[in-house]
Amino acid sequence: MKSIALMHDRSNGLGGGFAAYGIYPEYADHYALHVFYDSLAHRAAAEEFINEHFNVDASEMIQTRKVKAITNSPLIWRYFVQPKKNRLLASELTEEEYMVQCVMKINSCYDGAYIFSSGKNMGAFKGVGYPEDIGEFFRLDEYKGYIWTAHGRFPTNTPGWWGGAHPFTLLDWSIVHNGEISSYDANARFLEMFGYKCTLQTDTEVITYIFDYLMRKQGLSIELAVATVAAPLWKEIDRMEEGQKETIKALRTVFGSLLVNGPFSIILGTRNGIVALNDRIKLRNMVAATKGDFLYVASEESGIREICPDPEEVWVPKGGEPVIGLLEGVEHI
Amino acid sequence: MSLDYTTPQFIIERNRDRCIDCRVCVNQCANEAHIYDEEEGRVVSDDSRCVDCHRCVVLCPTRALSVRKYPLEYKEHGTWTARDINAIYKQAATGGILLTGMGTDRNYRIYWDHLLLNASQVTNPSIDPLREPMELKTFLGRKPESLVIENGRLAEKLPPQLELEVPVMFSAMSFGSISLNAHKSLARAAEEMGTYFNTGEGGLHRELYRYGQNTIVQVASGRFGVHQDYLNAGAAIEIKIGQGAKPGIGGHLPGEKVGTEVSLTRMIPRGSDAISPAPHHDIYSIEDLRQLIFSLKEATNYEKPVSVKIAAVHNVAAIASGIARAGADIIAIDGFRAGTGATPLRTRDNVGIPIELALAAVDSRLREEGIRNQVSLVIGGTIRNSADIVKAIALGADAVYIGTSALIALGCHMCQQCFTGKCNWGIATQDPNLVKRLNPDIGARRAANLLRAWAHEIKELLGGMGINALESLRGNRLMLRGINLTTKELEILGVKHAGE
Repeated sequence: MKSIALMHDRSNGLGGGFAAYGIYPEYADHYALHVFYDSLAHRAAAEEFINEHFNVDASEMIQTRKVKAITNSPLIWRYFVQPKKNRLLASELTEEEYMVQCVMKINSCYDGAYIFSSGKNMGAFKGVGYPEDIGEFFRLDEYKGYIWTAHGRFPTNTPGWWGGAHPFTLLDWSIVHNGEISSYDANARFLEMFGYKCTLQTDTEVITYIFDYLMRKQGLSIELAVATVAAPLWKEIDRMEEGQKETIKALRTVFGSLLVNGPFSIILGTRNGIVALNDRIKLRNMVAATKGDFLYVASEESGIREICPDPEEVWVPKGGEPVIGLLEGVEHI
Repeated sequence: MSLDYTTPQFIIERNRDRCIDCRVCVNQCANEAHIYDEEEGRVVSDDSRCVDCHRCVVLCPTRALSVRKYPLEYKEHGTWTARDINAIYKQAATGGILLTGMGTDRNYRIYWDHLLLNASQVTNPSIDPLREPMELKTFLGRKPESLVIENGRLAEKLPPQLELEVPVMFSAMSFGSISLNAHKSLARAAEEMGTYFNTGEGGLHRELYRYGQNTIVQVASGRFGVHQDYLNAGAAIEIKIGQGAKPGIGGHLPGEKVGTEVSLTRMIPRGSDAISPAPHHDIYSIEDLRQLIFSLKEATNYEKPVSVKIAAVHNVAAIASGIARAGADIIAIDGFRAGTGATPLRTRDNVGIPIELALAAVDSRLREEGIRNQVSLVIGGTIRNSADIVKAIALGADAVYIGTSALIALGCHMCQQCFTGKCNWGIATQDPNLVKRLNPDIGARRAANLLRAWAHEIKELLGGMGINALESLRGNRLMLRGINLTTKELEILGVKHAGE
């Protein structure tokens, strides 16, 4: 929170948020649903769906603290759930796909209800306000996690609303994003063919779904997913050795619609680690640093030095070159 | 002069102060509109023969000539225009179908002109194509639903793809309808620019086999010039079902255009009419099409993508979906305003739908069915400039075909008399004296220049939108806004109105 607060001027008070991994060890096997409701009536409607599809082992209002700068907050609810076995079997879907479809259903069909976090042992906390105020509001000082990402928003294309703040999440994926992508509609219309509903009209939502599609549905490694999203230039591909050339060429041929164009720096969080990535011609700033077994990534070096005054190594990653931080003992993202 | 009630369309104006009676115009005009009067020692003109092709005007060494619309007007009438009256005179005299060339000259709405492009300001930087990479590479062919990757490497080859350096190809124009020099020009330009030219339904002249890597060979209902070597010579095969300028009807190359070379290439007797039937007589349903697609794939060892070209007709979206499911790798759609060498006037001017609406409908339909990514979509029919291409790609096309634009680059002046075989520019003719007017070296350079110029412009427009690879524009309809369009038109195009 200190780090993101230093970058106060990079946001305008219309959106801030955090994603934290490892915060619910007591419910590690449950999907933690974080939901915004506009009213009690909306909650009742959505809960009918939730109860019908999930075994709900805990249901509570997320505890918040009164903060002067945060007003007009929606009802914020949390559920720890598991899919109902018979429903899951009948759907003939994998558990994850079942979860995704349920989340999409609520977010696109239930007015006034929005699931903004749905992973295991992780959670997103976000809202309209400066990030440091949002952190205060959600009492984040009381959570302990092994990965934290934070975001301050300066929304230009879409109005600031609670659901529109970053991070965007789907299952364990979370994305914070600095930038505006010019390929939005090309990306979104491709994803819509595969059941993703881009309801929010924001770039970040689309980037989240792209990684979900490429890695979970297509089974690509993070390296190949990155080579799709921030594809090497053709003149670079021409210089690659034959096998690699053929592979990257095939990615660009088949998944060209998932190339993300325009400026972005993103941090993708998963239960296994983080990946930080710039667009391929680096139109947005991003700095990385390490100290001991900590990896820091931020839009500005000052954001890192605020919480880690003397990092061992500081570098500016190249466009399209991912910075991957893996959890100890984990081999893949 | 027999009384057929027609009057000249154009008036040839000769500035007598400048004319030196050198007879260049007489030699240049295949329509014999200029005549040398031996007795008077002067060149005179017959306005009624002039087709307004500008050949004499451009070549006149003293700039003595110009051509204007004939000033004679019928008495004004809201319903009975000169166009209607003259057509009746002509048909009353001949009892025949009215033939014409090129795309419709009627003022149907051109949707390209009602679509505006976006550009980046502040929140998203525009990209300068002179300083940053800008990629136009495009692949046409069937895309698998997923890739087989083992140990980080591609383990199963992709189906065959055409690789285009610019998203523009020369559309099908047969040897017969256009000259060998025109074909040579397009083939060489395609090779130089890393794209493809299309043989049309007239086979591939033996001199052009060397450009096979940049050739799409067409198989149409007449099967002219189709044999094993021909199929294997090209980089892809296109089954022509229909074309935008004459949906639902076949083609007709008159016998007088079938000289030795055309006869050898088409494999038909010299001087015989080459008549392609309206339907393929082995395709009476979609499953028959599937059989032809796979016959051609079998014949070429599954090494070449197969395209199916149709005219944009009312039900085009459903038809395209059927074609995709029938196994085509590329769907080519030719719009209502598309050009041609010869077509019945009433068909050209009244049958089909504009390509912009057809493209939007097909792209949306294939997406709804979740199969848009599997096939490539190529469109043609009035792509006049680079902005039209950018708009087509934003609506959902993978690449475009150009026919008329390419011929204009070779020197066509749009007199729309291609069907007469008397093309003074050496393009739509088989007369050796006219054909040699088109130098294939110069033609190739001009056609390649056009693509080069358009590629630069596409890059400028892309950069302005903050996009540095064409695939990020494909189907990106948010980059478009409509202007002066009805709600229904916007709905079909899938774009918002300017200001939204």
